[in-house]
Amino acid sequence: MPEHNFLVVEDSPTMRQLISFALKRIPGSKIVEANDGIDALKKLSTQKFDIILTDINMPIMDGLKLVSMVRNDPAHKTIPIIIITTEGAEEDRKRGLALGANAYIPKPIQTADLLTVVNGILGNK
Amino acid sequence: MEKEPAPISKKVEEFLQVFKKGEEFTQELLKENEKLRYRVAQLEEVTKFSGREGTYKMHSMEERIKFLEDENRSLIERYRVVEEENKDFANRYIEVESENNNLANLYVASYQLHSTLDFNESLKIILEIVMNLIGAEEFSIMMLDEKTNELTIVAQEGMGPEARASVKLGEGTIGAAARSGESFYREGDPTDLVGVDYLHPLVVIPLKIKEHVIGVIVIYKLLVQKQEFSNVDYELFSMLAGHAATALFSSKLYSQSERKLTTIQSFLDLLKEK
Repeated sequence: MPEHNFLVVEDSPTMRQLISFALKRIPGSKIVEANDGIDALKKLSTQKFDIILTDINMPIMDGLKLVSMVRNDPAHKTIPIIIITTEGAEEDRKRGLALGANAYIPKPIQTADLLTVVNGILGNK
Repeated sequence: MEKEPAPISKKVEEFLQVFKKGEEFTQELLKENEKLRYRVAQLEEVTKFSGREGTYKMHSMEERIKFLEDENRSLIERYRVVEEENKDFANRYIEVESENNNLANLYVASYQLHSTLDFNESLKIILEIVMNLIGAEEFSIMMLDEKTNELTIVAQEGMGPEARASVKLGEGTIGAAARSGESFYREGDPTDLVGVDYLHPLVVIPLKIKEHVIGVIVIYKLLVQKQEFSNVDYELFSMLAGHAATALFSSKLYSQSERKLTTIQSFLDLLKEK
């Protein structure tokens, strides 16, 4: 069974648990959680991930900054990134995708929709 | 000298030979005739048989066509039934997925609500649930002060300064919902808003322990992408009404008991010193 490593970056424990709960349905999934962008960068430096799922509004370092830093880092720039956020306006979506995110999912999330996006990215790898 | 005519016996013999040949020829003709008649009879028999076989084959083919047509109809019918079953399974799958999503939301919300005995953390978790799982943009949590009968905001998200910090029990939509203990849902499209009206919220959920109201969750505005309330939202509202109330009440009691314990401990330490 192939192993899939996910990094879930969320300041809300409720959302971290809900996203992890959904990702556990993917066979071979291994989930690492981070509280914010800085925490995520620390974890990226020690582990390899197949997909990063990040919120935008977080303390210390927000999700957009994280996307930008990952895309400018030669070691991690190809990791697919999914933004999951309450910012659902079209301009927010465009901004997130322009920074290099692969998908943009507005909250509240439907687990089936999230899994469709994640499986689509895993299938294309 | 004149040639002597052939004797009669010779002529008779010649005639007999001719006659014999004629007889032999007649016999051959008769045999040939017999052969031909036999052949004709054979051909007639074959023709007769072929006709019967053709009719038989035709009949057999017609039966085969009928069988295949029946089989085709049966297969089309079976295909239709399977197609219907597939549609049913697909719909059932969507329902199960939706139910799974709802249960995951409810499980996570309930799990998080009861994961702490810290009052402020409980408030934060309720805010997270209302914002992330329901999709509210502007909302507040108000607690009821039983001495003054006033509902006061203890936590809020996205609200403007014009929002009232407190409401009397029974006053307006919020006060009425708190007094009756019945949830309030404003009629019409929840996204049909020109601006936020803090006097007319979208939703008011009384937080109840049994029939005792300890506060309310008030939602004024939904996130831009949230078009309507779904079934799981109503389930979450119902879950919050009970579980958020218990979580807030128990964490408040725990905080108070912790404070009292610290006071008593300090008092005992003071007595020991004396």
